[in-house]
Amino acid sequence: MAAIGKSDEQNRRRAAMAVLAQAATAEIAARLDSIAPPAFENLREPENGLVMVRGRIGGDGAPFNLGEATVSRAAVRLATGEVGFGYTLGRDRQKAQLIALCDALAQSKEFAGAVEQQVLTPLRAAMTSVRDRRAAETAATRVDFYTLVRGEG
Amino acid sequence: MTTVAELPAGFADKVLSAQSTFRSVMEAMARPGSVQRIEAAAAAGAPAPMMRATAAIALTLFDHDTPLWLDQPMSEASDVTKWLKFHTGAPVVQDSSICTFALIGDPRSLVGLDHFAFGSNEYPDRSTTLILQIESLTEGAAVELRGPGIDGTAALQAMVEPADLFARLEINQTLFPRGIDVVLVADDTVVAIPRTTRSVAKGG
Repeated sequence: MAAIGKSDEQNRRRAAMAVLAQAATAEIAARLDSIAPPAFENLREPENGLVMVRGRIGGDGAPFNLGEATVSRAAVRLATGEVGFGYTLGRDRQKAQLIALCDALAQSKEFAGAVEQQVLTPLRAAMTSVRDRRAAETAATRVDFYTLVRGEG
Repeated sequence: MTTVAELPAGFADKVLSAQSTFRSVMEAMARPGSVQRIEAAAAAGAPAPMMRATAAIALTLFDHDTPLWLDQPMSEASDVTKWLKFHTGAPVVQDSSICTFALIGDPRSLVGLDHFAFGSNEYPDRSTTLILQIESLTEGAAVELRGPGIDGTAALQAMVEPADLFARLEINQTLFPRGIDVVLVADDTVVAIPRTTRSVAKGG
């Protein structure tokens, strides 16, 4: 879903977010441990909050407030200066922090490759395989309807 | 995205630091003239020319519902504006008459108090709280204060800027219940001069 007018880096970070937000906390943590992340400080301590979720009927109706959702967010800064942000649904503050750390690492030249190969790629593969399996399971139960044309005359 | 790269971090422990800062400011307001130390101020970074206690107060009391007005030295430092926006989300306004808090980095050139909000008779709380950064709250000219929260008189020794601050604050007497509350900040200590406090010995 490459947006127009966004730089490559923004698209890359956006794609990383899409993967990380769906992944389990323990898996991100385990994979991050394997690349031994450098020291970082919390620019914004992980915190919980609410966001208003807005919807549009049919995707093009007038916007309305659907309801509030819990989100966690965090911002970290590496010793080298890169700042990463993490937002995720739910109250898992550790996950928000891990996402922020991944985001910061993905911007640093030193770690970008390692994060992409050892964290994002396996998580993305796992996510895709789960999605494909579900799609296959659903497809197996598909029923095709045919309308038989009766001889009317 | 790299704009926040150099900004100082917020409180390390958001809840407890904000609670203890709130306690110190409340204590200062309840006992006008008493010098309160903000313990949590050391934990938070502050962008120059903001003092540590000012930063702690900002992290504790400011949010998207509190319009801020910054004086020249504060608004010229782009770090301050960015830091406030990132950590507190409070809107910075140009019109000082609608602000809830005014951050004054250089109190010597403080504009007239009538530029700020006094609140209304129905809602006297909708007034501006001035946060003045001064050099010292331990040395300087002595002022005697009197009013609710003070048993008899309280002595305040401070380098109060502007020098005629207490004379200017006399409008609080005629405006009551409307008025201006002042918080004096020096490094990590605060003194509050709520609108009910009058100075007696000097100029009073």
